[in-house]
Amino acid sequence: MNVVNNKWIGQRTIRPDGVDKVTGRAAFAADTAMPGMIWGKVLRSPHPHARIRSIDTSKAEALPGVKAVVTSRDVVDFPLDKSVMLGIQDMRWMCRNVMARDKALFPGHPVAAVAATTEAIAAKACELIEVDYEVLPFSIEIEDAIEPDAPILHEFNTFQGKPSNIVGTLEHKKGDIEDGFKQADVIIERSFTTRPVHQGYIEPHACLISVAADGKTTIWSSSQGQFMVRAMTAYLTGIPQSDIRAIPAEIGGGFGGKTIVYLEPLATLLAKKSGRPVKMVMTREEVMRATGPTSGSKSTVKIGAKKDGTIVAAQGTFYLQAGALPGSPIRGAAGCSFAPYDIANVLSVGYDVCSNRSKVAAYRAPGAPIGAYAVECVLDELAEALKMDPLEFRLKNAAKQGTKAAHGPVFPRIGYIETLEAAKNSAHYSAPLRRLQGRGVASGFWFNAGGESSAQVNITEDGNVVVTTGHPDIGGSRAGIANICAELLGIDYRRVSVIIGDTQTVGFSNLTGGSRVLFASAMVVTQATEKVINTLRERAAKIWEIDPEAVKWENGAAHPASPNAGQFEPLTLEDLADKAPMQGGPIGAGVQLNTQGAEGGFGTHICDVEVDIELGIARVIRYTAVQDVGRAVHPGYVEGQLQGGVAQGIGWALNEEYIYRSDGKVDNPGFLDYRMPVCSDLPMIDTILVEVPNPKHPQGVKGVGEVPLVPVMAAVANAIYRAVGKRFYALPMSPPKVLAGLEPPVQQAAE
Amino acid sequence: MAKLHVTTTVNGEPLEFLCEPYETMLDALRNQLALTGSKEGCASGDCGACSITLDDRLVCSCLMLAAEAEGHEIRTIEGMARGGRLHPLQEKFLEQAALQCGICTSGMLVASEALLRKNPNPSEEEVRFWLAGNLCRCTGYDKIVRAVLETAEEIREAAQ
Repeated sequence: MNVVNNKWIGQRTIRPDGVDKVTGRAAFAADTAMPGMIWGKVLRSPHPHARIRSIDTSKAEALPGVKAVVTSRDVVDFPLDKSVMLGIQDMRWMCRNVMARDKALFPGHPVAAVAATTEAIAAKACELIEVDYEVLPFSIEIEDAIEPDAPILHEFNTFQGKPSNIVGTLEHKKGDIEDGFKQADVIIERSFTTRPVHQGYIEPHACLISVAADGKTTIWSSSQGQFMVRAMTAYLTGIPQSDIRAIPAEIGGGFGGKTIVYLEPLATLLAKKSGRPVKMVMTREEVMRATGPTSGSKSTVKIGAKKDGTIVAAQGTFYLQAGALPGSPIRGAAGCSFAPYDIANVLSVGYDVCSNRSKVAAYRAPGAPIGAYAVECVLDELAEALKMDPLEFRLKNAAKQGTKAAHGPVFPRIGYIETLEAAKNSAHYSAPLRRLQGRGVASGFWFNAGGESSAQVNITEDGNVVVTTGHPDIGGSRAGIANICAELLGIDYRRVSVIIGDTQTVGFSNLTGGSRVLFASAMVVTQATEKVINTLRERAAKIWEIDPEAVKWENGAAHPASPNAGQFEPLTLEDLADKAPMQGGPIGAGVQLNTQGAEGGFGTHICDVEVDIELGIARVIRYTAVQDVGRAVHPGYVEGQLQGGVAQGIGWALNEEYIYRSDGKVDNPGFLDYRMPVCSDLPMIDTILVEVPNPKHPQGVKGVGEVPLVPVMAAVANAIYRAVGKRFYALPMSPPKVLAGLEPPVQQAAE
Repeated sequence: MAKLHVTTTVNGEPLEFLCEPYETMLDALRNQLALTGSKEGCASGDCGACSITLDDRLVCSCLMLAAEAEGHEIRTIEGMARGGRLHPLQEKFLEQAALQCGICTSGMLVASEALLRKNPNPSEEEVRFWLAGNLCRCTGYDKIVRAVLETAEEIREAAQ
């Protein structure tokens, strides 16, 4: 660890972008405007499944005020027979998701886009586009999509030799599963369903794009990765990446949902065709119908244990909805769900299933919460059958340093056991409960990611600091970066300005996802700052005419390393910046890395609910999230990640779901009916930050953003069971379902 | 159809603007008056990101017609800091890390300020129900509620 005095690391400093955000000054994508700007609008399929025979745009083009119309003919095609990967996204699916080609695959699927002088004219023009659809049969739910006679979305895809909607599988295997179950004294097998849930960011997707006559393109958009926006837009429009400057606007929430493009390629094509800057902003209804969500699922989990509580075998089968195009997060479901446990025999299988709903997008630890919900509920039943405390049961089987996970890695020093012990020792875990209240626990794991990151650290002429990084700041990462840079330089954190660069001013940085941002940017910022410190030491050495090795950097100034080095007054950062023009020029350093060593993260949650058995309302009344966070560089924003993840999980557990009509359309595409938790639904959410430093990181950082969603649904379900004696195997556990599920004796007992 | 001429007061400044008869106050603020601090999250009054006050009454500006501003006083997030000084709620939101992405923050602050003007000593439950019309997807509301309660306490102490 490089950090010695920790003046700023671990402090609740004011975030660099804070004042802009509390005064309304911060510019989100929809807040931008340009002279001559016109408005783009998307025409979307009303059908869940339909062949597009033809599109006639002539009437729309003739409408006064319309400046451009685009269809799939304008979008670069990626033929089905050849995969073209960009990160984890296949451009074959991406080109078909931004604009339907031969078939419309879900209600809301774009079929054309228009740009006009006003939003009203653009909307009117969309109505004038004539699309000749051949309406096809459709399937929405997994069980319908995997029927032998199900309507097939992608005829080229086969599974076990036949055309199928199963478009991918994944298997993790360890030991011998059959042999393992033979050793078990108790085996519990249960099936679970979860509904698709939306990331629910409050800011709809938005962009403003200008294309000059020479093809030079400027994009302002709200995304989790300006480099992702640049690359995908380049792929889908044919404009080279060097001609596209993607500027990251402030982003109003993403949670994984803004890791792919929807509007940017269309707005670019419209801007190119019209010669005018084009602004596009989705309505909430468009967000709900055509973006995200995460998969709905059907899972079966079987776990066997010996009488002494040793888990000997675990098997999971996870069917996840991909939506219209392949790519559900089976890796997270099959890979993460058993990872907190040291189990000799594991078989974990995932199936990626297409059906006629919007293509899923990443959502906070994609797939992991789905798998953990099933596994952690079965573990609760097993603990009960074995008459063990559920935390003791987990402690007995906890993964630790040296455990080989079913998905491959051997764990280094991890802090899972510490989270269990902190939960067990918390005041919450032993607090009394009243009638119809129950306490549930659950744990969770997420892989975490590192990857490409770039930073530039520059000393200003007046001796302050500007740090430029390349990952959009979605939850306060700039505050953490300022703390780290200030700590290393030994200066007040307010002298460090942190900005997120655009694609043409900072080096490639992978998108904000996988809980990578502070992990990866801390690494490059640390190395760049250390280079700057070396330069500063060299400058002082030159001025003092001594060896650079005889100069140390401390408290924001160069000092002689020891009395032997000579007697010199310290040279501060300001002094050296002032002398820079005569002493070798500008002071700054850039570092670009493919960061490695992002170790997985573990959390354990305790949830108390109270159930109103007359109304079926389960209400969370107390919650504690415990997590191994490595090192909390800014505790306020680390706690915030835990609290926010828990709130999303409570919504997923108790209320949130897409409700479909019989015609295949979403019936609740708005915040009133898609019921996310509001302030009065929740209690305070307590956090316990366990800090087991990541040995592969200069500050000990581990990703923290995604783990907190993973355990929540199981913790809530287990709590409801303890409150009313009834287990629910399907989400959401909304009031009508809870009411219908309550046994009459439970209600009678209450009366 | 001809545009309507509206004379109103926004953040203490008298001003005039032209709007379509169907234009919302939110669109007028954002598109005519360049006051983009009020956000559109839903356009249906469900998320509160566009919260403003109309003659001191908290409203969703997406549910109000711009023409209804005629002769009234509008306050938006842009008017909350006075003379370069942040409002105590703004300060407290920063100290408490009561925002992550920041898209709900304008509406949260406007709504919280309206609460404290009406009720300088709210209980946690009163804060939670008052802010139930302002969605936040990042924070789980914990730090927002704490920030409002602490600000209320500090304002009360300062008044004594």
